[in-house]
Amino acid sequence: MNRSLLIYACKRVVYAVPTILGLLVLVFVISRVIPADPAALVAGEMATPQQVEALRKQYRFDEPLPVQLVLYLKRLAKGDMGKSLYSGRKVFDDLVDRFPATLELTLVSMVLSILIGVPLGILAALKRNSVLDHLLRGVTVAGLAIASFWLGIMLQLFFSMWLGITPLGGRIGMSVDPPASITGMYILDALLTLNGRALWSAAVHMILPSLTLAFASFATITRFTRSGVLDVVQQDFITYERAMGLPPRLVIYKYLLRNAIIATVTQIGLLFGLLLAGTVVIETVFDWPGLGLYAFNAIVLSDYQAILGVTLLAGIAYVTVNLLVDIALSLIDPRKAET
Amino acid sequence: MTGSNDRLLEVNDLTVHFHTDRGVVQALDRVQLFVDRGEVVGLIGESGSGKTTATRSVLRILPPSARIAGGRIRFDGRNLLTMSEKELNATVRGRGISLVPQDPFNSLNPVFTVGTQVRDILKWKGGRGPSGSIEMERALDMLREVQIPSPWEQLKRYPHQFSGGQRQRLMIAMALLPRPGLVIADECTTALDVTVEAQILALLRGLVREMNVSVLFITHDLGVASQICRRIVVMYAGQDMEDAPSERLFERPGHPYTRELLESLPTPGGDIRDIPGEVPSLLRPPEGCRFHPRCPSASADCRRKRPEKVEIEPGHWVRCFHPVESQP
Repeated sequence: MNRSLLIYACKRVVYAVPTILGLLVLVFVISRVIPADPAALVAGEMATPQQVEALRKQYRFDEPLPVQLVLYLKRLAKGDMGKSLYSGRKVFDDLVDRFPATLELTLVSMVLSILIGVPLGILAALKRNSVLDHLLRGVTVAGLAIASFWLGIMLQLFFSMWLGITPLGGRIGMSVDPPASITGMYILDALLTLNGRALWSAAVHMILPSLTLAFASFATITRFTRSGVLDVVQQDFITYERAMGLPPRLVIYKYLLRNAIIATVTQIGLLFGLLLAGTVVIETVFDWPGLGLYAFNAIVLSDYQAILGVTLLAGIAYVTVNLLVDIALSLIDPRKAET
Repeated sequence: MTGSNDRLLEVNDLTVHFHTDRGVVQALDRVQLFVDRGEVVGLIGESGSGKTTATRSVLRILPPSARIAGGRIRFDGRNLLTMSEKELNATVRGRGISLVPQDPFNSLNPVFTVGTQVRDILKWKGGRGPSGSIEMERALDMLREVQIPSPWEQLKRYPHQFSGGQRQRLMIAMALLPRPGLVIADECTTALDVTVEAQILALLRGLVREMNVSVLFITHDLGVASQICRRIVVMYAGQDMEDAPSERLFERPGHPYTRELLESLPTPGGDIRDIPGEVPSLLRPPEGCRFHPRCPSASADCRRKRPEKVEIEPGHWVRCFHPVESQP
């Protein structure tokens, strides 16, 4: 049994390789089909024609596309993603610096929406058509409908401007030194280095952005959990377990839940993409120095190499998370590992 | 019907309604049924005749749309309809009465090993040894009884890794593990193919005799019922029509419906014969005897009044104004 699981996990990892290769090709093609001169984009608006031509030679943009693709892959393998116009640094270094901030924000939002969404979804299903169920339906529809930038600004107005209990933006207080970098995620690093001051400041700064980002995914998770539970409740094996008089709590929290959660876990993989996309807006609203804000600035400035770098990194993160979700699913449902 | 100390399960005038969007489905109409200790009773009827509703009422696992509108259900002298959920779980479900479900393919939880599911039945349904430990040894013995080879290895496997016949053997083992007084076998061989069905029937028959457990055997298949049941209760459209010892039911059925049913059994080389007419909708069931629109001997009485059960011979009851006198 454990062996077939391991084989399945290895297979999944192997299958992820062509997916990522496909992603690389896609990113490359996108960069070449946009109706603009790549050399001019790399050089920036202020460049002279001579500078553009020099860059065209340097990056070999005059070669045929297949050759360029190979060159692109070769450069990537060395970690060379070009230079950012906006920061003046190597894109690769920018990404390494900024990715942990986004990862931290996304992970906290994901955990929040799971911790709140799953229990509420179960409750809504078990107390179907109760006041709570109707209330939750309203809240989740709002979660899916409300634009996150609007919600973010409203939260800032209420909690930061009016009540003054949360910071307006940023990752950590002006007067607080960031914790020693281990993972680049402030909360985690502060915990690891037992830095209480940084932990408190980082946590407080996390509240509004993560809640704003989590709202939509919380809504999706609640709805999928609810429908998952309702679907499993009427399965024969639940009727059988009830008929055999197993304690209701055991039937619900052990036998029912593990089946019901399959739909939710599948959804989490897809939601991760949504959250990553959401960070572009959220990080701009909350001045969060992560990938999303970087991408926003890069787009505004037509910072060509930076945009490609972010796209590629986000794609790889998405593929990785879905790989993990697939493996998690096979742990929950052994039938998955055998198909 | 005379009461006796041997009576294990007694269902009296049970009436069950389903409240649906299209109206009230009158699924059961004052059904009477009993099972004595050590007895194997068949409950026979076409689909929709109320067999499953009757057994779900006994276990009180009806869907939320169902209401028990009247009647009594007594098990081992105790009223099941007034019992709390907690009491039912503690003393009846899986203890006094256990279930071999209809569909072995969907009745085991797909995401837990068979061992986990067997262990929970043992843990919660009285499989603890003197020291309070869970008697896995007894579970292994039981799996050997139902002829599952190398049971210890099997416990680590998941339901989808077993064949249908093996799964039904597992369900039988799980039903018998708590040493119940009564086993309800709900169409437990319907989903299996014929050869496997015969094996499962033989196994069940042997175990039941060996353990002296009562069985309420639900089926739509007269042939299957005749192989295992000492007594058979025939249901039609939510009413119980006849209750007789098996051999007698086959030789001299007392109810016109039973007779039609027996005549519609395919015989080698014979013609296939239907009962004329259609099964009525239970949203608006016929007044009186629900079989009267299709009955060759229906009279004016049959259209107005539901007949009482009459004992035409000791142990042979028929709910009919015009019981069939003798086999023509």
